[in-house]
Amino acid sequence: MKRRRIADRGVRVLFSVNAVLAAAVLLGILIFLLAYGIRAFIPAGAVDPEDPSTQPLTLGGFLFGASWNPDAYGQPEYGIVPLLLGSLITTVLALLIAIPMGIAGAVFIAERLRGGVRVAVKMAVELFAGFPSVVIGFFGLLVLGPALARVFNVPSGLNVLNASVLLALMSLPTIISVSDDALRVVPHSYREAAYALGASPWTTAIRVILPAARSGILAAVMLGFGRAVGETMAVLMVAGNAPIIPRSLFDPVRTITTTIAIELGESAFNSIHFFALFALGFILFLIALFTNLIAEALIRREKRSFTL
Amino acid sequence: MSPEGSVNSPAKLATKNLSVFYGSFQAVIDVGIEFPACAITAIIGPSGCGKSTLLRSLNRMNELIEGAKIRGEILLDGKNIYQLNVLELRKRVGMVFQRPNAFPLSVFDNIAYGPRVHGINRRQKLTEIVERSLKAVRLWDELKDRLDQNALGLTDEQRQRLCIARMLAVEPEVLLLDEPCSALDPIATLHIEDLLRQLKEKYTIVIVTHNMQQAARVSDFTGFMLLGKLIEFGTTSQIFTRPQHPETENYISGRFG
Repeated sequence: MKRRRIADRGVRVLFSVNAVLAAAVLLGILIFLLAYGIRAFIPAGAVDPEDPSTQPLTLGGFLFGASWNPDAYGQPEYGIVPLLLGSLITTVLALLIAIPMGIAGAVFIAERLRGGVRVAVKMAVELFAGFPSVVIGFFGLLVLGPALARVFNVPSGLNVLNASVLLALMSLPTIISVSDDALRVVPHSYREAAYALGASPWTTAIRVILPAARSGILAAVMLGFGRAVGETMAVLMVAGNAPIIPRSLFDPVRTITTTIAIELGESAFNSIHFFALFALGFILFLIALFTNLIAEALIRREKRSFTL
Repeated sequence: MSPEGSVNSPAKLATKNLSVFYGSFQAVIDVGIEFPACAITAIIGPSGCGKSTLLRSLNRMNELIEGAKIRGEILLDGKNIYQLNVLELRKRVGMVFQRPNAFPLSVFDNIAYGPRVHGINRRQKLTEIVERSLKAVRLWDELKDRLDQNALGLTDEQRQRLCIARMLAVEPEVLLLDEPCSALDPIATLHIEDLLRQLKEKYTIVIVTHNMQQAARVSDFTGFMLLGKLIEFGTTSQIFTRPQHPETENYISGRFG
C-alpha cells in the first residue's frame, strides 16, 4: 500500500516536471527571441553617425518597409513586407493545392479503403510526412524546376510556383493523416442513416461525414499551415530567394524562414542586421501563435454547436 | 385490413429460402417470410437470433458489414431486390435504427437530406416536404419555430420521431424499424407505437423488437425467430394465444430469452 503511494507520487512528479520543462523551454525561446530582436530597435553601444549600418531601426520602417536589403551600399533597408508576403503567398498557394487534395485523399482512405490496404496506405502517407525536406528540395531543384521552366517557357523554374508545389507536397501528408483520423471517429450511425436514405457513399461523405468532422479537419489544415509557413530548407533550394514582392507565379520569392537561414551566418555578430534577423524570428512566432489561436477559437465554436 | 387479416393477403415484401452469412457464420437460415402490405409485421426472438440481420438484409444494409453475403431471394413487389439499384432500393425500403441517429445538422436539413440526395433542391418544395414529414410524425407543432436548431439538442423521443420523419421524406413504400423504442422511455414508446398504427395505413411496416408486449400491442403479424431460423409465423393474436411450436410458447410465456 505504502509502496504504491510512493510510486504514485513519483509518477506524478515525473509528469509535472516534464510538463513544466516543456513549457519553460518554449517560454525561454520566446524571451530569447524578444530580447535579441528588440535590440535592433534600440541604440546599443556606439552609434556612428557616419555609418548608416549602425543606426537602430524604426518599428514602422521594419514592419511596413517595402524593401529588404541589409547589404545595400549606403543606407541598408530592413523592410519585412516582401518577406512577409513571400511567406504568406507561398503558404496560401500551397494550401490551395494541398487542402482539396488532402481532404479528398483522406475521404478516400477513411471511407473506401479497408483492412490491410488501408493500413499500408496510411503508413506510406505518414512515412512521407517524415521525409527530409532537403530531399524534397532536391526534387524541386532538379526535376520540378526544369520541368516548370520548359512547360511555362520561363527562364528559371526556381520561383513562387515551385516553392508552393513543394510546400503543398510537404503539408499533404499531415493534412491527409489528421483528416483521416477525424473522419474515422465520426459515428458509424451517421453513415448508416445516410445509406438507409439511399445516399451513395460519396454523397454521404460530402454531405454528412465531412461536416461532422469539420473541427478535426480544421485542425489538420492548421497543422498543414504550420508545416508550410515554417518550412525552410526546401523553399531555400527552389524559391530563387530574391527579396522582392513577386508579381507573378514565375517570379522568385524570399520567405521569412529562408532569410534567417541565408543571412544569419553572414551577418556580423551583435550588429543591427544580426538583431533584425531575430526580430524576423519573433514575427514568425507571432504568425504561428495567431493562427493557432484562431484555429483554437474556431474549433471551440464548432464543438459548442455540436454538443448538446 | 383488419388485424386478423390472413397470412395469404398480398405480400409487399417477401423472402424465399433466405440465408445470410457473415464470413463462415450463418446468421439467418433458410427463412421464407411474407410481409403483407399496409400492415405491421413484428419479428421477435431472443438476442442473436438473426432478427436484425434479417431486417437489414431487406434493404441490403447488412452489406455494410464486411464479409456479409446472402443466398436465396428477397422480393419487393415480386421483383428480386438485387435487380434494383441499391440506392433506389433503399429509397423505397426505408429504415429506422435502435438509437435515434439524427445528423448533427438542423432539423430542417435532417429532413431535407434525403430529398436533396435524390435531386430535389428547390427551397419551396423542400419546405413542403419538411412540413408534411414533420406533421406525419406529429412533430410539426413542437418544432415549426425551431427548424434551424441543431437536431442533436432534441429529446430522445423527438429525435426518433425526426428519424422517422427523415425516412418518410423520401417517400418510401416499406418501413423497417430495428428496435425503434429500445432507447426510449415507456411513455415515448407508446407514442411511437401510436404513430406506427397511423402509418400502417399507407406503409408496409416491419418492426424488430425484443419487447413482446410491444409486438403484441402494435403488430398485425408476428414471426418468431430462434438461432437463425423462422420458427413460426402467423397473425399476432394466433402467435400469442395459440402458438403451434413449443419453442414459441416457451419464449412468449417468458421461459427463456
